Amino acid sequence: MTLRIVVCVKYVPVATGDRRFADDKTTDRESVDGLLSELDEYAVEQALRIAEASGDAAVTALTVAPDDAQDALRKALSMGVDQAVHVNDDDIHGTDAIGTSLILAKAIEQTGFDLVVCGMASTDGTMGVLPALLAERLGVPQATLLSEIAIEGDTVTGRRDGDAATEQLRAVLPAVVSVTDRSGEPRYPTFKGIMAAKKKKMRSLDLDDLGLDAAEVGLSGAWTKVEAVATRPPRTVGTIVKDEGEGGRQLATFLAEQKFV
Amino acid sequence: MGEILVLVDHAGGRIRKPALELLTLARRLGTPAAVVLGAGESAAAIAATAGEYGAAKVYVADASEFADYLVVPKVDALAQIAQAASPAAVLVTSTGEGKEVAARLALRMGSGLITDAVDVAPGDAGPVAAQSVFAASYTVTSTVTRGIPVITVKPNATGSEAAPAAGQVEQVTVAFSEAAAGTRVVSRTPRASSGRPELTDAEIVVSGGRGVAGPGGFSVVEELADALDAAVGASRAAVDAGWYPHTNQVGQTGKQVSPQLYIANGISGAIQHRAGMQTSKTIVAVNKDPEAPIFDLVDYGLVGDLFEVLPQLTAEVKARKA
Ligand SMILES: Cc1cc2nc3c(=O)[nH]c(=O)nc-3n(C[C@H](O)[C@H](O)[C@H](O)COP(=O)(O)OP(=O)(O)OC[C@H]3O[C@@H](n4cnc5c(N)ncnc54)[C@H](O)[C@@H]3O)c2cc1C
Ligand SMILES: Nc1ncnc2c1ncn2[C@@H]1O[C@H](COP(=O)(O)O)[C@@H](O)[C@H]1O
Repeated sequence: MTLRIVVCVKYVPVATGDRRFADDKTTDRESVDGLLSELDEYAVEQALRIAEASGDAAVTALTVAPDDAQDALRKALSMGVDQAVHVNDDDIHGTDAIGTSLILAKAIEQTGFDLVVCGMASTDGTMGVLPALLAERLGVPQATLLSEIAIEGDTVTGRRDGDAATEQLRAVLPAVVSVTDRSGEPRYPTFKGIMAAKKKKMRSLDLDDLGLDAAEVGLSGAWTKVEAVATRPPRTVGTIVKDEGEGGRQLATFLAEQKFV
Repeated sequence: MGEILVLVDHAGGRIRKPALELLTLARRLGTPAAVVLGAGESAAAIAATAGEYGAAKVYVADASEFADYLVVPKVDALAQIAQAASPAAVLVTSTGEGKEVAARLALRMGSGLITDAVDVAPGDAGPVAAQSVFAASYTVTSTVTRGIPVITVKPNATGSEAAPAAGQVEQVTVAFSEAAAGTRVVSRTPRASSGRPELTDAEIVVSGGRGVAGPGGFSVVEELADALDAAVGASRAAVDAGWYPHTNQVGQTGKQVSPQLYIANGISGAIQHRAGMQTSKTIVAVNKDPEAPIFDLVDYGLVGDLFEVLPQLTAEVKARKA
């Protein structure tokens, strides 16, 4: 039986760009360049490795995002993913994490899945909660924050490096997993991969297609509200000293003045 | 005032510092009620400490499920306790696991979720949480508009102060869901203690990056850290090279620290590293490249070779302390 893998990828503003908020206090996704979240490249990589090891698998990349996110899907396709699903609807604008998990879960159910692979966190929201939310909604086990992952038969195993301990996890498919940036370096798309990607299927879905009501999502459907956004005051310019042989001692004096010594 | 449920983070039979901070913070919002799950024989001692830090009530549940399975047993327990107690909010420590527990709990309760708060204050319509976003270049304040607010709070968001309360223990027997046994924790290896302060708890963090040029190079970093009673941090470049353990990584995919003093050595200051240390009170950098972006952040920057500077600094610190 074909192993059906869905890999969830997010299109995010470039971290080194001038990330900011739009007037409605949502993340500005229009005037800042975006890309496939680097942390989701690790998810794509593991999905592909699992598919290759299984010999009979189909990998679908899934994103919930506005138009530009096609780029992220295109990248996943050129890395080797078989097909892509893009959930795109103006009413999705402003959806919070809980709402996003609803949309993703519907799309995953509609696609059909044995394994859902996510990144450890998005690089813009950095919540790291979507995989757990998806497991809750889909009613399947979560094996998350894995730095090593293997599938054998219908079982997923992996290593989770937690805050206080390292754990070895095991769950039976279908399941949701998330992988860290220590799970294995993502591959670069090859020229052949980029050409092949142009012919791959990219399906676009809106809320109607998923049987969702606009009121369940978007800014007005969110269960949290951003009250205010403020830029952090820039740090005051500090003292820069060049070491002329006494730098260590001068620094010790600074630390003493600041009462650290 | 309503009850504020605080999920108490503990490890190795001991309450962890962030739990004390959460209890301290919960007092601003209402009456703290601690939840101690799977602590076995240590539960009584942990409950007593929670009482010292302001918990009027301590819900204690013990079952092998908490250790044997991932995340869901804790969600089951919290959901059951919240159902009975109707708290005004639920606070959880922002760790990988804490956020997952909080998320599933929020979804089950039909509640809004806020993660990674760096501050929480009482407001007219429930708690107002502050978050530091986009690598700490913005501060965002948010509220929960539906259900019982579930908020995860970063370590070091606030100090911890004792304020003795009743700490009345209530034993809870959890009826676990079918999903509870979904993900088995086959084995667990507690992290070995370095003997140094915890990275996220420490007042001072001394970090090393690619500039330390090898695993041996970290000894100059560690010696300075020990002279200052500091924790040791590392950049991802140093961790990826295998020079220092991942548990010490500072940054977007490592730990986010907010100490009184952060000393970056041989670290360029990439945005992903900044994301983990930019909220430090005082920042010092030692780097031989005057153009390194880390110097944009510093209160004191020293352009120099860390192998010359650090031993001299360490000796001077020791001399001043003696
Ligand atoms: C998705 C993602 C997540 C990431 N997460 C993290 C993260 O959590 N944490 C993190 O740190 N990085 C993270 N990174 C990596 C980050 O982008 C940088 O690559 C990394 O921080 C660089 O580490 P570094 O500063 O030690 O090395 P480099 O950038 O190579 O800098 C080394 C510095 O050392 C200086 N130096 C060299 N020799 C000496 C000497 N003898 N004395 C003094 N100075 C010297 C050099 O001048 C240079 O400035 C992430 C990247 C991505 C894409
Ligand atoms: N809008 C989205 N579309 C597709 N996948 C997403 C989206 N948001 C989050 N994810 C997935 O969930 C993971 C964790 O995201 P987060 O909980 O937002 O930090 C990401 O690494 C992605 O794999």
